[in-house]
Amino acid sequence: MTRTRAHPYRTVGKYAALLGYLTFALFPLYWLLKIAITPDQLIFSEGTNLWPSALTLDNFRTVLFHTDFLSYFGNSLYVSLGTAAVTTLIAAGAGYAFSRFAFRGKKIIVAIMLITQMFPLLMIIAPIYKIVSSMGMLNSLTSLIVVYTAFNIPFATFLMQSFFDGIPKDLEEAAMMDGCSRFQALRKVIFPLTLPGLGATLGFVFTAAWSELLFALMLISKNEAMTFPVGLLTFVSKFSVDWGQMMAAGVLALIPSCLFFIFIQRYLVQGLTSGAVKG
Amino acid sequence: MAGIELKDVVKRYGSVEVLRDINLDIKDGEFIVLVGPSGCGKSTLLRMIAGLEPISQGDFLIGGERMNDVRPRDRDIAMVFQSYALYPHMDVARNMGFSMEIRKAPPRERMSLVKQAADTLGLTALTERLPKALSGGQRQRVAMGRAIIRDPQAFLFDEPLSNLDASLRVEMRLEIARLHQKLGATMIYVTHDQVEALTLADRIVVLNGGDIQQIGSPLELYERPANKFVAQFIGSPTMNVVPVTGGVNAVTTADGVTIALPHVGDTERAVEMGIRPEHIDVVDINAGHLTGTADVVEHLGSDTNIYVKVDGLGPLLVRKHGNIPAKAGDRLGLRIQAENAHVFSSDGVALRQTTTIGA
Repeated sequence: MTRTRAHPYRTVGKYAALLGYLTFALFPLYWLLKIAITPDQLIFSEGTNLWPSALTLDNFRTVLFHTDFLSYFGNSLYVSLGTAAVTTLIAAGAGYAFSRFAFRGKKIIVAIMLITQMFPLLMIIAPIYKIVSSMGMLNSLTSLIVVYTAFNIPFATFLMQSFFDGIPKDLEEAAMMDGCSRFQALRKVIFPLTLPGLGATLGFVFTAAWSELLFALMLISKNEAMTFPVGLLTFVSKFSVDWGQMMAAGVLALIPSCLFFIFIQRYLVQGLTSGAVKG
Repeated sequence: MAGIELKDVVKRYGSVEVLRDINLDIKDGEFIVLVGPSGCGKSTLLRMIAGLEPISQGDFLIGGERMNDVRPRDRDIAMVFQSYALYPHMDVARNMGFSMEIRKAPPRERMSLVKQAADTLGLTALTERLPKALSGGQRQRVAMGRAIIRDPQAFLFDEPLSNLDASLRVEMRLEIARLHQKLGATMIYVTHDQVEALTLADRIVVLNGGDIQQIGSPLELYERPANKFVAQFIGSPTMNVVPVTGGVNAVTTADGVTIALPHVGDTERAVEMGIRPEHIDVVDINAGHLTGTADVVEHLGSDTNIYVKVDGLGPLLVRKHGNIPAKAGDRLGLRIQAENAHVFSSDGVALRQTTTIGA
């Protein structure tokens, strides 16, 4: 049987649509990079040119060596990694339980977790602030990790549950017939197959924590505890905005997210369970 | 190796009883096939033997020892799953040796057993492949290799061939039969395919709606089904069943033909007669019990299936060995082989049970 080739206009149209979408999605990133490498004096004179007439790395130099950027960066890394690790650990346990066990109150717990996702975060900022401040945990990175973890667990749990659901129960039962305890089956058979899921969850939570501004802004006011999104605001002063440095800091902030996704993407795309059962 | 016994075993999900009064005594080395339609509880029964489902009531014994509450890993039973359930991240050799890896057997011993099993199953060249690089038949073999490597008390098979295509199924069926001869192990095999049941089993357990309908050798089930369900479930094509009126040592069909059945005990209670397609002879138009018109004729080479519209009675299937020169529209006479007829009472129980075997 010969495959009929798509009409050339359709192919062109498809790629044009893709190109249009990519341009739309990536243009802000391009603009970020462009302004970061444009010398200060050209920013307003050549504001709308697609490419500046001169290039500079001064903005990066200033951001790295003359501001507190590295400290913000370190704080963000600490909070994001901490949140991602704690959330994924808890979500994996909860997701496994939801996927494999029937227990009393399961439906209610799922419903409550779903409800937590329905409120706009703005509504609960004030109570959260009260709670954290009365515990004396304002300006601490740990409080951020706790709050982020609490808010990310429901979604991360549903994500992990769907990954566990995708692993046939037969595999666990086969492992138990082969002599594993439930925990051994989990560790030797299920865990290696869940790596893509763990990777996806880690990545999702990391990115969410990395770019979170609202809670960080409310709970952190001391300079040395600021995370990167809050720190970015320090480039806005009363009389001017330091566009070049702000953009340079933004470009630098993209690096860990990119590295993280490059690191986990092989787990994300791999069809690790193929071949387990009839396929 | 040891015998397996089930005494008054019951399985409930909440208040729903899915298996009732299961009594089964499986001898050491016996090949038992559990067969029945979908939802009859056969897979549940197998999983209870494996330890993957708790037993609600009754006793389950292996070698005389009560095993109800023993974990699957300690029952020393191997199971081949319908989906094969191969570990996708392990190569063939590790898949097969996994049970020994868990039991911390010395690697050298493990490797030699894996090699032996791979040789037996013709997998030697594939030991380093991952399951996803194997064909369906090869995966099936790996799943069996994983079971035989342990030399367990018993093997359980849960519809192991239903994911294979027809020709491979026949091949693997033979392979399982050979394996049973070679190992002499107790095997319990679940299937809904009666051909697998008839060809593999020492004894067949027919289940329906959570009850055991009959336990017996393949020929017993074919020749002396205990009730209408077994009669129609075993044998292909399916047994014809026609309504009759009971009489003394004879039954009368709806169109008034009386068939003498001297071998049956109390034909008075008969309400239906069953006759297998191969037990009806095609004869000259007025020489048989019934007359009819051939509706469809299937020439299979070795056999001929004739769907006959019997006058005053409805459709009957007749299967004759060899090539019968009949064609659609032909008028035929049919003779019932009375000695092979079965009669059923109003509750579906076969009435033949009361008389001596081999009538």
